[in-house]
Amino acid sequence: MRSDLADHQSSKTLGARSLKRRHLVARLFKSICLGFTLFAVGVLGLLIFQVGADGLPWLDWKFLNNFPSRFPERAGVKSALYGTLWVVSLTALIALPTGVLAAIYLEDYAPKSRLTRIIDINIANLAGVPSIVYGILGLAIFVRFLGLERSVLAGALTMSLLILPVIIISSKEAIRAVPSSIRLAAYAVGATQWQVVRFHVLPAAIPGILTGVILALSRAIGETAPLIMIGALTYVAFVPEGPMDEFTALPIQIFNWTSRPQAEFHELAAAGIIVLLAVLLTMNALAVLIRYKGTR
Amino acid sequence: MTLLVSRKPRWGEAILRQLFFLCAIISVLTTAIVIGILVVETSSFFAEVSVIDFLFGTQWRPLLEPKAYGILPLLAGTMLVVVGSSLVALPVGLACAVYLSEYATDRTRNIIKPVLEILAGIPTVVYGYFAIAFVTPGLRVVFDDVQIFNAASAAIVVGIMVLPMVASLCDDALRSVPSSLREGAYSVGATSFEVTARVVVPAALSGIFAAFVLAVSRAIGETMAVTLAAGATPNLTLNPLESIQTMTAYIVQVSLGDTPSGSLAYKTLFAVASVLFSITLLMNLLANRVMRKYQEVYE
Repeated sequence: MRSDLADHQSSKTLGARSLKRRHLVARLFKSICLGFTLFAVGVLGLLIFQVGADGLPWLDWKFLNNFPSRFPERAGVKSALYGTLWVVSLTALIALPTGVLAAIYLEDYAPKSRLTRIIDINIANLAGVPSIVYGILGLAIFVRFLGLERSVLAGALTMSLLILPVIIISSKEAIRAVPSSIRLAAYAVGATQWQVVRFHVLPAAIPGILTGVILALSRAIGETAPLIMIGALTYVAFVPEGPMDEFTALPIQIFNWTSRPQAEFHELAAAGIIVLLAVLLTMNALAVLIRYKGTR
Repeated sequence: MTLLVSRKPRWGEAILRQLFFLCAIISVLTTAIVIGILVVETSSFFAEVSVIDFLFGTQWRPLLEPKAYGILPLLAGTMLVVVGSSLVALPVGLACAVYLSEYATDRTRNIIKPVLEILAGIPTVVYGYFAIAFVTPGLRVVFDDVQIFNAASAAIVVGIMVLPMVASLCDDALRSVPSSLREGAYSVGATSFEVTARVVVPAALSGIFAAFVLAVSRAIGETMAVTLAAGATPNLTLNPLESIQTMTAYIVQVSLGDTPSGSLAYKTLFAVASVLFSITLLMNLLANRVMRKYQEVYE
């Protein structure tokens, strides 16, 4: 009753306003929304401009080929770049099969049981756990309990756990998008469940799966906190040669340089960011390409 | 005519099924291990420090003498960043979403959406750099008299960071409102503002609410930008212009030093992480629940 009255009153005031004023408010509102949207676009422009202005002068062959140094003019990202490539490759090797197989199970094999629902809800919630908590997990389990120390392997295992929920969720979507008529047709001519998955579902879902995996891996490339937690922020002046070697990574090197007070190191950080963004851009271009080829 | 179907059990199929199941169960194991570690280490922390002191103490000084283990300063620091970033991300993100779903032409949309996706894909450490290289100096010069940007630079960059997420989730929520509702309102003479503010936004409210909760949860867990830009002084204050420390930044600070495992300082990591994990988990559960409910309404 009360809300009815309120509604009535508010509609009365609405009618009492002059049409001109109502249109003015609408136009103003649209401008505000547009303004805020342009703000977001502008921020991206500013960020890119700032990074470019600071970093481009430092970006040369020497920067890519030198190890970190106390002297800004001699410092480079070689160990960080190789460390990042090592960690991401190993992460892909671990997380890609595990994530895709889990998605296959949840979409095509899992019974509609309580356990399945628990797994689903659990994955959705894991995707929202702060990355630093994964770092603590990595520190306690991989670094200390399993004794992997500050190795590439410890980093890759931590990163794998971090991106698994992302890979599973996107792979599930890609698998679900395969029409069930394809599955039913294969079953009808006597294919086993694995044959249906292997020869019909996977080939159709692979572009979607790969896109999701690449986006998840690019998240792993940019993650800093978990790697700092497992102790990767040390002076590393060599390129890792195996999964048990110590390493550093691009975002960690950027963090290190940004946290120093000198302006030269901030500019080095910007140059490092350009390298990092270049790696990310390459991967995203790859994802777009795969998506494009898949939809054709 | 004989039946050609073989009755032989297919062991390969059964083994593969078990293998796939194992992969799927890893996620549950991860959660169990995370909770297990946090509970064990935190309870051994509470064997040495009382729960009351931890939850209600106003001093956080675990690494220097005299030691004190009250988490309130860290919580206050986190809240300051969260409130500041929400002031940026929630209104701007919602406005972006309204523009994208209610006003933008397809062409504009196809330009702005990728820009938001790029913003969302930029690593957090880059935002930390941006805070130090641009926002902090800029706070004094450019935004001198604009009150809305009166928060510390960490809050501003965290706000910018979660903005794309708010925009894209709100956009999804607004677009799922049936267009018949809009057309009905327009047909009785409402202006675009009235349609948006009185029909579309209220109809999408649960989705918008879920987006806001997820954004706040992201801001609470955000680490690198606040570590770089907000400082490392646990400080029970409401003034956004002072140096503070968040829960996440404390965890990073301890792990940067060489903390022997088993020491009390090492255990504080887990105690703080437990608080962080509980808060974000509760918020994510809430958001997921609201979202599921709202999906039922419009399907």
